[in-house]
Amino acid sequence: MTATLDPTTAATVHAAPPAETPLLDVAELRKRFPVSGTIGPLGRLRRRMKGGPVHLPHVHAVDDVSFTIGKGETVGLVGESGCGKSTLVRVLTRLLDPSGGIVRLGGRELSLTPAKRFAKDPDRGRIQMVFQDAGESINPRFTAFAAIADPLRRLRGLRGAALTARVERAADQCGLPRALLTRFPHQLSGGQRARVGIARAVAVEPDLLVLDEPTAALDVSVQVVILQLLERLKAELGMSYLFVSHDLGVVRLICDRVLVMYLGRIVEQGPARAVFANPLHPYTRALVDAAPSLHDRGAGRIRLQGEPRSPIDPDPNVCRFYGRCPKGTDRCRTEMPALRRFGVRDVACHFAEETAAR
Amino acid sequence: MTALVATMRHARYVVSENPVTGLSFGLFLLIVLAALFGPFLVPHDPLASNTTMALQPPSAQFWFGTDQLGRDIFSRVVVATRLDFGIAVASVVLVFCMGGLAGVAAGFFGGWTDRIVGRIADTIMAFPLFVLAMGIVAALGNTVQNIVIATAIVNFPLYARVARAEANVRREAGFVEAARLSGNGEWRILVFQILPNVIPILVVQMSLTMGYAILNAAGLSFIGLGVRPPTPEWGIMVAEGAAFIVSGEWWIAFFPGLALMIAVFCFNLLGDGLRDIVDPRRRT
Repeated sequence: MTATLDPTTAATVHAAPPAETPLLDVAELRKRFPVSGTIGPLGRLRRRMKGGPVHLPHVHAVDDVSFTIGKGETVGLVGESGCGKSTLVRVLTRLLDPSGGIVRLGGRELSLTPAKRFAKDPDRGRIQMVFQDAGESINPRFTAFAAIADPLRRLRGLRGAALTARVERAADQCGLPRALLTRFPHQLSGGQRARVGIARAVAVEPDLLVLDEPTAALDVSVQVVILQLLERLKAELGMSYLFVSHDLGVVRLICDRVLVMYLGRIVEQGPARAVFANPLHPYTRALVDAAPSLHDRGAGRIRLQGEPRSPIDPDPNVCRFYGRCPKGTDRCRTEMPALRRFGVRDVACHFAEETAAR
Repeated sequence: MTALVATMRHARYVVSENPVTGLSFGLFLLIVLAALFGPFLVPHDPLASNTTMALQPPSAQFWFGTDQLGRDIFSRVVVATRLDFGIAVASVVLVFCMGGLAGVAAGFFGGWTDRIVGRIADTIMAFPLFVLAMGIVAALGNTVQNIVIATAIVNFPLYARVARAEANVRREAGFVEAARLSGNGEWRILVFQILPNVIPILVVQMSLTMGYAILNAAGLSFIGLGVRPPTPEWGIMVAEGAAFIVSGEWWIAFFPGLALMIAVFCFNLLGDGLRDIVDPRRRT
C-alpha cells in the first residue's frame, strides 16, 4: 500500500504519548478450545463413567497474552492467518469467554462477567467492533438505518425522534449520505457498507473500538478514504483503537504501537516505528521482509518456509517459532523464550541482544 | 409505511415480470373468494338431493352435472373449498409455528435443543407419512380438528429441518456477532435477527406443503377417515364418484379431482412467486 494519509494527522497521532492509566489492561490471557468437541455430552458422560482420560487435546488459540492500550492510543495487531488474532479479538470484545487471565477495562474486570450475560451489561457499549466483511456483518433483512439504530436502541435506550436524530448524526459523521439509510446492504457499495459498519460501532461512542481488518475487503482507493475517516473519528470521539491487519503498510501508517502475534503468543511488541525499522524477532523480520520493495532484490531477506507448528497442545518448552526460524538452535528446542523488556519494546527471542547488536 | 409501499411496488413488478406467478395469484384469489363467499353464491343447495335428477351429465342447469343422489356437483365443489382450504391453512399455520420455531431454536442453540428436535423429526420421518396421519386421526378421533393436527405433525420434519439448516448457517454470521455487541440477548437475536432471514424460506415451504396438506386431507376423507358424508369435500366426492367412472358417469369424480389438482398446482406456483416478493435480495 503506497498511498499516504494526510501527513499532519498522521504526525500528531504518532506524537501522542500513551496515557498513565491504561484504558484496556490484558494480563496472561488464555483461550483454549477442546479439539474433540464432537463427542458430545453423551460421549463425555460415557468417558466420565469409564474414568477415562479427563484431559482432551486443546488448541491453544491465545496463550499467555499481556498488553495494554492507553486512552487515545492506536495499537496494531499483526500476524498470519490462524495465529489467534480473531480469537483474541473475540475474547477482548467479550464474545468469547477466556480460559484464563484478566481483561480489565478502565479498572473494571470484564472477564468476571460471562460472555452470555455481557450483552446486557452496562459496559457493553464501551467496547465495539468493526468487522472485516461489512456486507456479512449487516443483517440482510435490515436497512442501513435499522442496523445503525439497533445498538442505540438496546444500549442507549433511544427511541423515536431522538433515535432518528442520533442515527442521522452517526451517518453524517461517517460520511454516509442520509438518502442511503433506507437501503438494504445488498443495495450499497463496499465502501458504503464499511461506513454503515463503522457508523453502527461509533454511534454508541465506545471507549475502545476494535477494527478487525476493516479495509481488507475494499479496493485501495476506498481503503485510504476509510482510513482517513477512522483517523478523523478517533480525534473527534477520543476513542482508542485496536487495529487488526495483515497490511503492515497500513499498520505502520496509523498505529502508535504494534503487537506481533505468532501461534497464540505475542513475540514482539513496541512502538510501530521501532519495530518495523529494526525488528528484533526473526518472525517480525520475516513479516517486514515479505513486503515487496523496489530497492533490494531479496538478498539477505528472511523467507519463511513450511507450516507453523501444530497449535494443539504445543510443548511448553519449545519456542513456537522453532522449525521455521532461521536461527533455531538446541536452546530454542528446550527452553521457551519469555517476552523480555528490550529498550522501548518487548521481544520473545533468545537472540534479541545478538540481533540488536548487529 | 414506505417499506409497505416499496413491497407493494415490488410485488407488482414480480407479477408483471412473471405471468405464471400472476396466474397463480389469480387462482389463489379465486380459491380464497370461493372459500369465503362460496356458500352464498352457488346456484343449488349442495346438500339437497333430488333423485329424479340423479346422474345428469354437465348441462346449462347443472354445470358439472349431478351425482347419484341428484345433488349439484358444481355447488358441492365450490362449497367444499372452504373446508379443504381451511384445513390446509390451519394445519400449515400450525406447523409453521411449531416446526419453524423448533427448527430455528435447534439450529441456533445447537446442543441438547438440536438433539431433541432432530430426534423428534427423525421419529416422524421413520413412518410412512400418510399411514402416520391415518393412525393419528384413527387414534384421536374422526374430527376436522384432528385432521389438522395430523397434517401438521406429518409436515413437522420438513419445516424443522429447513428452519434448522437455515438458522445453523447464520449462527456464526457476522451480523449475529454484531447483534451481540449491540446488546441483544440470545433469544432476541433468534427472534429479530435469525427468524426474519428464515421466514422467506419457510413461506415458500408453506406454500408447497399447503398443496400437500390439501391432498392429505382429501386423501384421509377418500379412505373414509376425517370428514363424513354428506358434507361436501373433494376427497369424499372423488371417492363417491370413483364407483361411477366405469359406467360412464365420469363427471362425478372428475370435477372435484380437477378442483383438487388446480388448488395444489396453484399453491406450488405461488411458493416461487412469494419467495421473489419476500426476499429483499431479489429486489432491484
